[in-house]
Amino acid sequence: MIRIGSDIIIHLKESIIIAFEGIASNKMRALLTMLGIIIGIGSVIAIVTVGRALSDSVSSSMSKLGATNILVALQNKNTVDTGVNFLSGSLVKSDLISDEMVAEYTIRFQDSIEAVSLSNISGAGQVREGRNYANITFMGTNVGYEIANNIRILSGRFVRDNDLKTRQYVAVVSDKLVNNLFPDSPDCLGKEIKVDLSGDVQTFTIIGVYKYEPPMTATGVSASERELRTYMYVPITTLNFITSADEGYLAITVNTKSNIDIAAFSKRTQDFFNSYYEKNPKFEVSAISMDSMLTIVNDVMGTLSIAVAIIAGISLIVGGIGIMNIMLVSVTERTREIGMRKALGARNLSVQIQFIVEAVIVSSTGGLVGVLLGAALGYVGSTLLGYPKFPELGIVFISFLFSMVIGVFFGFYPANKAATLEPVEALRYE
Amino acid sequence: MDCKIDMQKITKSFSMGKRKRIEVLHGINLSVKSGEFISIVGQSGSGKTTLMNIIGGLDCPTSGRYLLEGVDIGNLNGNQLSDIRNRKIGFVFQTFNLIPRSSALRNVELPMLYAGLGDAERKERARELLFMFGLGNRVNHLPNELSGGQKQRVAIARSIANDPAIILADEPTGALDTKTGRMVMDIFHKLHEKQNKTIVLITHNERLADETERILTIEDGYFIDEKIT
Repeated sequence: MIRIGSDIIIHLKESIIIAFEGIASNKMRALLTMLGIIIGIGSVIAIVTVGRALSDSVSSSMSKLGATNILVALQNKNTVDTGVNFLSGSLVKSDLISDEMVAEYTIRFQDSIEAVSLSNISGAGQVREGRNYANITFMGTNVGYEIANNIRILSGRFVRDNDLKTRQYVAVVSDKLVNNLFPDSPDCLGKEIKVDLSGDVQTFTIIGVYKYEPPMTATGVSASERELRTYMYVPITTLNFITSADEGYLAITVNTKSNIDIAAFSKRTQDFFNSYYEKNPKFEVSAISMDSMLTIVNDVMGTLSIAVAIIAGISLIVGGIGIMNIMLVSVTERTREIGMRKALGARNLSVQIQFIVEAVIVSSTGGLVGVLLGAALGYVGSTLLGYPKFPELGIVFISFLFSMVIGVFFGFYPANKAATLEPVEALRYE
Repeated sequence: MDCKIDMQKITKSFSMGKRKRIEVLHGINLSVKSGEFISIVGQSGSGKTTLMNIIGGLDCPTSGRYLLEGVDIGNLNGNQLSDIRNRKIGFVFQTFNLIPRSSALRNVELPMLYAGLGDAERKERARELLFMFGLGNRVNHLPNELSGGQKQRVAIARSIANDPAIILADEPTGALDTKTGRMVMDIFHKLHEKQNKTIVLITHNERLADETERILTIEDGYFIDEKIT
């Protein structure tokens, strides 16, 4: 046993030198042999890296949306829940989520709900003040909107219940709008502004200013400060009155108290609203928490990772077979050499170690190149997604280790074949 | 004087196909004393290569008893035979059989590597041997950068690296011209006289055989003649 141990150590070093001599003398063959491993390892590293960037980008969008929010939205019956739905079929007022339902819901679950956010967008408009102007999107909201959407009020206040009840013509505007409209006198609370809503001009009193946050789906191409379109929040009742819109909602956002089980509460919310839609032939309600959307995204990422792992696994097996093939060729080519080594006193184990080491060096060199290539591709890909990333050390280590294991596994048979050659036969080989 | 090689009734047969067996050696008796320089002469097909393989521990006899420096070769397994070849026998072949991608130095190091010698020790001895054979300026050359005579000198240096008791030379001058062949033979004579090596030369060249102390002629698996010069 002692002899075997020292054999391995001495021959390991020697075998590494011999293996590099072999690779150096046949670079093209070595490269082609490594290709399968390079592609396999490279694609795993690249895709895992890009996947992490993607996951980060999705999570950060999600967390901006608010972790304690539940989105309650109408959807067609019998649709597969994918988190994003487009409604089809004509919608009448009785299909919408009504104020009565919301009121009932709010009372029933008052212990779990922080706020219910109702909103209704009514399109683009423009505010003018002398020569200055600002672009807006007109949005009717209730009180809960402020909490659910993390609106940061800089001065004044947000829309209140009283404003809704009495359909006040009051507006909460962005700091950007203030900059554009009143560049000289930033204190604008109480000022009246004229809003042009596709020809219909209405006058509103500014009651609050909020901090503008760039949208998270920023495409990189942003309008100039001057042309920037921001939300102008008005009481939803006022907006519905102006636009004579139906009273009801396609979707509402529920902001829950932070200490509840949001997944379970989503389910109860969904069941509650669906009790109103039992007889509705076309529509029902789905309630999705941001948390569950994140779960969906992570599920998709997980499935994708498995698919990639399978493809990479196949590529690695093919690569491994390639290595085995070349090693078998190499054993045949070097039969005389093997015979001579045995004549000089090489034991079976020494020969075996030599060929396994050679296979491992080919495969791990391929693994190393693959890691570098994958890291480069992954970095480029993740940078394009806006979250530059290098592969984690763990996955690099595992990939490299795995490429070595492939070398041992697929090198074993050829090495064994070399080791068990009869010296006489091997020396006689032409 | 003690016997380096002591063979009694050695036979060797090979199976050809399912039932047919061909006996190549038919009961060879051979004893070689320490420090002897003998030659075994025979035509191709006479069984001399088979005999050489058995002497060198590359192959096992079918029957008979072979003591190499008193050790019974017949009872050894593959790894034990490897160790015997490594320590007790130095091979010199007609075709040199150098490892093509390794330098002269590393070729000479090989037997010492398999004997488990340390790096520094190996390198020093290998260098010494190459200098001894006039290859001091060829240490890091690859075999294909060496001439035939130089290659055979590297091979001889390699064969005595572990200071074996016996040098087995199979047609060592067969691939060389007369002049370099002469030089190689001179080296063997020197190893015999100065280092008292036991040398077994296998050849079909009777002129070379005449230079040795004893000539054994093999034909059809029998020794048919023994001549002491």
